[in-house]
Amino acid sequence: MAIENPPTQGAARKGDRIFLGLSRGSGIALLVIMAAIAVFLTWRAALAISADEGNFLTTFEWDANGDPPVFGIAVLAFGTVVSSIIAMVLAVPVAVGIALFISHYAPRKMATTLGYVVDLLAAVPSIVYGLWGALFLVPHLTGLYEWLDQFLGWTGLFAYEGGAARSLFTVGILLAIMILPIVTNVSREVFRQAPKMHEEAALALGATRWEVIRISVLPFGRSGVISASMLGLGRALGETMAVATVLSPSFLISASLLDPGGGTFAQNIAAGFKEAGSMGRDALIASGLVLFVITLLVNGAARLIIARRKEYSGANA
Amino acid sequence: MSQTFLPDAPDGPDSPTAPAPAGPSLRQPRLPRWAPLGLAAVSAALGAGIGALGGLDSRVQWGLIAALLYIVLTLVLAGAVEGGRQARDRLATSLVWVSFLVAVIPLASLIWETIARGVKVLDGYFLTHSMNGVITLEPGGGIYHALIGTLEQVGLATVIAAPIGLLTAIYLVEYGTGKLAKAVTFFVDVMTGIPSIVAGLFVLSFWIIILDFGYSGFAGAMALSILMMPIVVRSTEEMLKLVPNELREASLALGVPKWKTILKVVLPTAIGGITTGIMLAVARIAGESAPVLLLVFGSAQINGNPFEGAQSSLPYYIYEQWANGNEPSYDRAWAAALVLIAFVMILNLVARGIARWKAPKH
Repeated sequence: MAIENPPTQGAARKGDRIFLGLSRGSGIALLVIMAAIAVFLTWRAALAISADEGNFLTTFEWDANGDPPVFGIAVLAFGTVVSSIIAMVLAVPVAVGIALFISHYAPRKMATTLGYVVDLLAAVPSIVYGLWGALFLVPHLTGLYEWLDQFLGWTGLFAYEGGAARSLFTVGILLAIMILPIVTNVSREVFRQAPKMHEEAALALGATRWEVIRISVLPFGRSGVISASMLGLGRALGETMAVATVLSPSFLISASLLDPGGGTFAQNIAAGFKEAGSMGRDALIASGLVLFVITLLVNGAARLIIARRKEYSGANA
Repeated sequence: MSQTFLPDAPDGPDSPTAPAPAGPSLRQPRLPRWAPLGLAAVSAALGAGIGALGGLDSRVQWGLIAALLYIVLTLVLAGAVEGGRQARDRLATSLVWVSFLVAVIPLASLIWETIARGVKVLDGYFLTHSMNGVITLEPGGGIYHALIGTLEQVGLATVIAAPIGLLTAIYLVEYGTGKLAKAVTFFVDVMTGIPSIVAGLFVLSFWIIILDFGYSGFAGAMALSILMMPIVVRSTEEMLKLVPNELREASLALGVPKWKTILKVVLPTAIGGITTGIMLAVARIAGESAPVLLLVFGSAQINGNPFEGAQSSLPYYIYEQWANGNEPSYDRAWAAALVLIAFVMILNLVARGIARWKAPKH
């Protein structure tokens, strides 16, 4: 080292210390922010829940500004979960299909362009999806609703009584369209990394293209697709504006998915915020805390799956 | 489709150079190459026919019938001519194509509707006037106040989030090995998943309810910066990891202190990717409306001061105009949506352009 030049070394040490301090400080700042989010939300939520005259988990009502305040998250939890499940059921198979299309079916040039387009679509702001959903998708879905009612109405799940299609089912469809790009993106990345040798070996044994995909690409990509779906689920759970514009909310749980009504955590916060007093705000914060915990669990699960896969593919690398 | 992937044996029966096999052919009979296209045309025609005769007025249903017919026809025909394995292969191919088409329709419609309805009122007046004093039932007004709000809020959020995110990534890649680094990595992942409305609620509880500040663009910028930080950390981390270790070692071996190595060698090498990451993060938060709804509150007037008083922003403006619920407001909402999409797309394209331009040449 620069023994003959101690002053420079001293200055260098000082610079190193400052720089290390700065960068470590930023890391710590991030941790502090996360802690602060948890602490402040819990604090306000605790205030609200202790003042709640109803049962926070089971009450079918949201009258947080009333005296006494009565509110519960049952309807919101139901709506959030149901709309997200619909979104997943619709989006994941289609996303896997598009990912396979881009990675294994489309001509090379078309695939590159499509990859770019999917990237760009992932960047379209959610409020634009919301506007399109409310002004274009909703009026165009009544035909499909009547059809569903005609053929599946007897199940009760798809009974439709007319009126604007502003139900949890429409929300699910819109959320599915919104999370398609992100699920497609991640799945495509994983499919592209499938070992070429496996595919060629399968082809050499006379496998058809579908058999190649089934025996070499899909098993390799399974955990990647699962984590991509979880990331999409995380988005769907926390989506605010698109749901707020499309859904016509109410504090009821109806047996039919096609009935307007219901609500989600995020939608309820956006819709109720402007009229909320101080207790109303705290109640909304309490519901936001529940949403926060749910998305943390979902994202945590996704990360765990990805981490497991890293170890697995590390053996190949 | 299939001919690009499945290699046909060079001496197949239709190859002119191969002598005609004497005995029975060893190859399975195949459907002709035009079969998928032909079947697609037939099923499209049938779908339209059934739809028109059955009195179904939604084109979506026509398409669904046609898609279903195509899949079934292909399966049956291929099963009869080529056998089960080929039939399953064709089924998979048609399912993949159908899923692609099914997804393209809504996404193309979204872009098309936004452009077609957006250009109606989009002009110079719209870009340079606010909604101050405009009766929402009537045409007129514009997005100037929202543009200012968006630019200021996103700018402030970037000023807060970019340095913290950049330094955190440097810490993780260049210094971090211990427990602290592991904790930071984990919580950056957790932070990526925070819904924007929750970030908004946090700033609401902390800044507005407890510290008792008013609604302002700055409050919104804080929430946006929380959403932006993890994205910046993640992308910067990836880019720094791509910098070859030989560069660092060469610089350190010359006696350059570590901080100078990072500033003068590592960062300049990765600067293209880092810029791209930050721009993509900016594009991402520019479209967020939920925190703005909670913290900036919205305003029809021009307010150039982000630290004092309510502002507006482009995404919030779209929501507000939609909520007005009348045609002139819808027109304004579509036009603002077009401006927002254009803004986000340009940021994206420029970011990717920088990434490509600055990419290390192999």
